[in-house]
Amino acid sequence: MKLVFEKSRPGRRAAVLPRPKDMARPEIPEELRRKRPPRLPELPESEIVRHFTELTTRNFGIDTGFYPLGSCTMKYNPRVNERVAALPGFNDLHPLQDEDLTQGALELMHELQEILAEITGLDAVSLQPAAGSQGELTGLMLMRAYFADRGEGDRRRKVVVADTAHGTNPASVTMAGYELVKVDTDARGNIDLDDLRAKVDEETAGLMLTNPSTLGLFDEHIEEIARIFHEVGGLLYYDGANLNAVCGISRPGDMGFDIVHINLHKTFSQPHGGGGPGGGPIAVRSRLEPYLPVPAVVRAGKRFRLEYDRPKSIGKVRGFTGPFGVFVRSYAFILAWGRELKTMSEIAVLNANYLLARLRDAYELPFDRLCMHEFVLSARRLKREHGITALDVAKRLMDYGFHPPTIYFPLIVPEALMIEPTETEVKETLDAFADAMLAIAREAAEDPELLKTAPHNRPVKRLDEVKAAKRAIVRYRFDEHPNLTEEPAEAAAAEAEAPKGV
Amino acid sequence: MTYAQLTDADREAMLETVGVASVEELFQDIPEGVRLGRELDLGDPLSEHEIVARLKELADRNTDTGREISFLGAGIYDHYVTAIVDAILQRGEFLTSYTPYQPELSQGILQALFEYQTVICELTGMDVSNASGYDGTTVAADACYIAKHATGRTKVVVAESLNPQVRQVVRTYAPGFGLQVVDVPHRDGVTDADELRAAAEDAACVIFQQPNFFGCLEPAPELAAAANDAGALAVAHVDPLSLGVLEAPAAYGCAIAIGEGQAAGNPLSFGGPHYGFIAAREEFTRRMPGRIVGETTDVDGERGYVLTLQTREQHIRREKATSNITTNQTLLALGGLIQLCWLGPEGLRELGETCMALAEHAKDRIGLPSAFPEKTTFKEFAIRVGRPAAEAIRDARRRGVNPGYPLGRDYEGMDDVLLVAVTERRSLDDIEELAEVLTA
Repeated sequence: MKLVFEKSRPGRRAAVLPRPKDMARPEIPEELRRKRPPRLPELPESEIVRHFTELTTRNFGIDTGFYPLGSCTMKYNPRVNERVAALPGFNDLHPLQDEDLTQGALELMHELQEILAEITGLDAVSLQPAAGSQGELTGLMLMRAYFADRGEGDRRRKVVVADTAHGTNPASVTMAGYELVKVDTDARGNIDLDDLRAKVDEETAGLMLTNPSTLGLFDEHIEEIARIFHEVGGLLYYDGANLNAVCGISRPGDMGFDIVHINLHKTFSQPHGGGGPGGGPIAVRSRLEPYLPVPAVVRAGKRFRLEYDRPKSIGKVRGFTGPFGVFVRSYAFILAWGRELKTMSEIAVLNANYLLARLRDAYELPFDRLCMHEFVLSARRLKREHGITALDVAKRLMDYGFHPPTIYFPLIVPEALMIEPTETEVKETLDAFADAMLAIAREAAEDPELLKTAPHNRPVKRLDEVKAAKRAIVRYRFDEHPNLTEEPAEAAAAEAEAPKGV
Repeated sequence: MTYAQLTDADREAMLETVGVASVEELFQDIPEGVRLGRELDLGDPLSEHEIVARLKELADRNTDTGREISFLGAGIYDHYVTAIVDAILQRGEFLTSYTPYQPELSQGILQALFEYQTVICELTGMDVSNASGYDGTTVAADACYIAKHATGRTKVVVAESLNPQVRQVVRTYAPGFGLQVVDVPHRDGVTDADELRAAAEDAACVIFQQPNFFGCLEPAPELAAAANDAGALAVAHVDPLSLGVLEAPAAYGCAIAIGEGQAAGNPLSFGGPHYGFIAAREEFTRRMPGRIVGETTDVDGERGYVLTLQTREQHIRREKATSNITTNQTLLALGGLIQLCWLGPEGLRELGETCMALAEHAKDRIGLPSAFPEKTTFKEFAIRVGRPAAEAIRDARRRGVNPGYPLGRDYEGMDDVLLVAVTERRSLDDIEELAEVLTA
């Protein structure tokens, strides 16, 4: 398919703009004036719409089909949420509008804060972070500010992260200026307590943990883990990526966590839009509240206002009060469930366990336990016996009309397939997916080439990721654009075993 | 349970397959001590029409730009967004997809992001753009992180005329990065190149805004040269809609261009979600944060697109990653791409000229003294209203006009200064109204 630039013809255009009459053409100093116009495409509106519509036909969303991408919680995104987010009172509201004239928006945010405090079991919430990873970084900044305030900033240099953690956790630790300490997983898929005890001391600022973990397992020793950190004065950070498993069942605050981020684009159904937007609010215990980003959204009687005067605040982590349109959608989603939110998590967990039960014999299960909202299988046996990898299984699933699960993650499971069905799938879909996975396991033995050459009915076949990284063609270069189709394919892809998902 | 349909028969069959007697049993690994043991204290579940009614009630209590004549800008602007942006972004194949980890199922998003990256590179003159950052503030922190690692230096310099929120976010990130932040004051609305050169000694980067927060055009080539003289990376924070008439940052020596994309293709939405963009010269490609889409071929030699250069990223490099970012603002960036395709090169130039001409016209009609006389401005300008700006704003609002932003909120000695933004959506009649209420 052609790029939009390759369809461009000089002199065509879509936009007709207001051109006030009798107005002098503005004067721009020569050294500041644009010399060569940007080569934006020149197309009529009809061709632009056709171009992007054709692109959408080459993409797969939840609206297209089942999307069990582990740790991404790809649930159905209710359309009513789009309708309410587009209301002019939200969509056309300037963020610097007077507080008196934004009371509806502030009330919505305040109410969402209270809801998230209730769901997480914590005291105070900031909606400001733009995504989960920014929530993590914000949480670590709160730790820094908290310990600095207590005169322990120089001493507490270390943050402990489980080896099952999302890559964002260690990356956030570095960006926050902390030293990373990795802790192992034990044979049941919990944190290895002996390893943990050996690594936690007075220099530890805290722990970052996903619970249930990326293995889809609830850490059975969570109370002991919390005790280990709190005894040395450390803080516990909860990565909320897997919150969909435990809403209304067990709250991070009750587990002993002090700081939590919530992925509104996972648990609370903000559509992920091909990579974003997201929302990563953080909830904290009251002793951490003074450090939260400004402005805080507070209630004063019947009025709501933005409070900037918080001298201990870490400052701002993004513009204004956060991704408001995301709040509208997630708030609407939560209103639909209300006090029955627990049912959401129960069905998510039942769906996952059902799929696990149907697949556990055909694939290997590295940790033999009931799972929470997701589970991790290994294609190790298929690889050993038939040379079929997790990647091959993933690609073949496309032929059956499914989006593959997350693969090659978590890193501690070889040939990992991480499957998260969510609560919004009916049993028939789960069965069809299980049937496909079982068929693929049979095909691995009977016709491995069929898997190696998959997918077979997509606009492109397997892509050469090594060539992409080596050549680094990251923009269209017009007349100087290289013709990669004439360059030979690279040997087996080195990047192929990188995590795909999360 | 509208959004999850489990019949009793399903539940029974599924529990039997799992081999447990009840749903509760599935949660047996959760210790008793950490269970909630009560219902969540939330409201009754609402039906779809009740949800719409509740949200509409909240929305109606806000005064949006459709309910007044607004000249409020200060970083977020009321530009027109074409209907085709919504039409495309609401298609479920884009709207409801995740990050394109599986390229064979995601060529639509991947190609669109490749096109977005190209458009950002064309606007800024740079060689590489990522697939978007969170917003116009966080991309400044990203630029600091690149500069720190590229130069090994530990200081960043920001012009005081840079958007105050951008400066606040840089300050929030700086301690974790091990960076000190130094401000360079504005002189009569713009940054002095010599002062900047002195401050840039030993700095990793220098960040300035063009047009700056006051709407004034900075002597950008001189500022970039000052940074380059000191061996600091020159970073320009730019308005994408200015780049049809204003020079591209790469053309005047910047290493990195960043900005808030909202003006091009996103609604105001009370401050988000929007997209931030960051683009750089080729030598910084492998230091860029976040997703980048690259071109390649499939096994049959067909052209296709993948997420590339991933060894920079957190899911592979973990604690050594160039950033922790994963979720970005793809859908909003695609809104920007579609809007910019709709404008085209001529439309973008016309739009810049129109905004600028309308702003000049508004200055004339209002007739109040400029806060920064003799300075060329783009679509926004600062005037002295002869009394506290907050008062002038209050009076104007009684007549249905939101005249702008009080600069005294962020800058000392500017209590009487009003920052007025004029987009193409404001008519000549609107401007007459504004002039009348401000001079009444």
